Amino acid sequence: MLIKIARKNKIKSSEITARNVFENRRAFMKGAGALGLGAVAGGTVGNLLSSSPVAAAQSLNAIKSDVYTLDSIGEELPTDRVVATSYNNFYEFGTGKEDPAENAQAFNPRPWTVTIAGAVENPGTFDIDDLLKPYQLEERIYRFRCVEAWSMVVPWVGVPLADVLKRVGPTSKARYVAFKTLYDPDRMPGQLRGVIPWPYVEGLRIDEAMNDLTLLTVGMYGEVLPNQNGAPVRLIVPWKYGFKSIKSIVSIALVEEQPPCTWNLTNPREYGFYSNVNPDVDHPRWSQARERVVGTGIFAKRRETEMLNGYEEEVGSLYDGMDLSKFY
Amino acid sequence: MSSSSANETTLRATNLRRAAAKVAVFVICLAPLAWAVWLAFTPGVGGSGLGPNPQEFLNRYLGDWALRFLMIALAVTPVRLVFGWRWLFRFRRMLGLYAFFYVCLHLASYVVLDKGFYWDEIWSDVTKRTYITVGMAAFILLIPMAVTSTAGMVKRLGPLRWRRLHQSIYVIVPLGCLHFFMMRKGIQIEPLIYAGITATLLAARVWQKYRPKPARRQAL
Repeated sequence: MLIKIARKNKIKSSEITARNVFENRRAFMKGAGALGLGAVAGGTVGNLLSSSPVAAAQSLNAIKSDVYTLDSIGEELPTDRVVATSYNNFYEFGTGKEDPAENAQAFNPRPWTVTIAGAVENPGTFDIDDLLKPYQLEERIYRFRCVEAWSMVVPWVGVPLADVLKRVGPTSKARYVAFKTLYDPDRMPGQLRGVIPWPYVEGLRIDEAMNDLTLLTVGMYGEVLPNQNGAPVRLIVPWKYGFKSIKSIVSIALVEEQPPCTWNLTNPREYGFYSNVNPDVDHPRWSQARERVVGTGIFAKRRETEMLNGYEEEVGSLYDGMDLSKFY
Repeated sequence: MSSSSANETTLRATNLRRAAAKVAVFVICLAPLAWAVWLAFTPGVGGSGLGPNPQEFLNRYLGDWALRFLMIALAVTPVRLVFGWRWLFRFRRMLGLYAFFYVCLHLASYVVLDKGFYWDEIWSDVTKRTYITVGMAAFILLIPMAVTSTAGMVKRLGPLRWRRLHQSIYVIVPLGCLHFFMMRKGIQIEPLIYAGITATLLAARVWQKYRPKPARRQAL
């Protein structure tokens, strides 16, 4: 399976290079001379993550998970990388699916700090590279299911959020985790419009946040996370609808009360706090029973959506005794 | 050359011009569909120029054009009124039928490509999801208009009843705008622009009906 990914990437390499050059053309023109193209060589997490947008195509030194593989989800191939990096919901850069890939190119995700606060023993504001330096990055292939009934299969690169949280030491009062995206309309032009309240906020129950599946993500397809996919650091919560996987995180707070979540604030009837993938609980405006796997062509049939996006074994017990049609 | 044959020649030339204009408008109105077909056969992200989610793209694209043509058909009378372009009236039926044509394509792309004939899901969409109910209502209201668009039908119904039936467009276009607005997440600008233009076009009708009558006689 892993060989297959490599082979696929190889076939697509010319295409990818061309696209990156295209997308980063402005930064590329400015930065290429100063940095030199040699900067694209491999290395540790710390020095790899600390660079200008030119580094968007930098490869990451990650070990491939032997649990979360294509085999484990019964897929032959991941979603085409070009598709996964050009079909995005990231309202901070516009509401159209192609907007983020277009409008996020000038965004520089460095320097970047993440504040960890609230019910923890060691709160603080950490440089993202320092924060992640102690960890070995891992590549995991997860299903990604958007609440809009489309899905992808993506090899994410990151560390379990639990590892980072354990280091700062949540106290007994930490019952939920609240996340916040950067608010900076100068850098995120979509925030000039009041489509949704800014900044984007999300939240998880502490046991959800500490579950091994929850990935603090810094890359995809073996490379640094592109801006349009939530650079430099985002969450991936694979059993929940995509909007729970908050992007471009600047703040993580451990709190006692259930924190507000942007889409829940915007439309509580349509988006619940939990927002677990569930084929039996429809969105008021569409069915969640089947999903469109993007990039599979115009005559492809929809795929049957799985309970908890196929991760029932891992996280099903978190919701024992809960009525998921009530706590949607 | 006698004057009667000169008139005949002028008449023939006028008819020819009118026919050519109709053909031109007919072809122009096909352009959005032609563009979608072109994209389908052009390479692009996710396989073709239709993008990674071609079903969604086509459905929205055809929906956009359905609503635009509905608004164009609705605009004929106000535009004629404001600019005095009486010739515009000759294209109204064609524009209205094109609106119906794009609505049908929009609906077909939903049933065939997006839902893959899952009738149970389609039925629950229509009954449970308000924005789809609204869209379907607009479609159903359009059917009698399309069916009665021929000259024969105008005669059969009589101009008064025919006009009354075709006034359902004043309901259909707002329904289309509502359908579009409700489909989008959050408050987005595009559906509001469509709604604003539609409101203006309808306001023109109200103005036309209630404006001071003497002014109208003077104009005549």
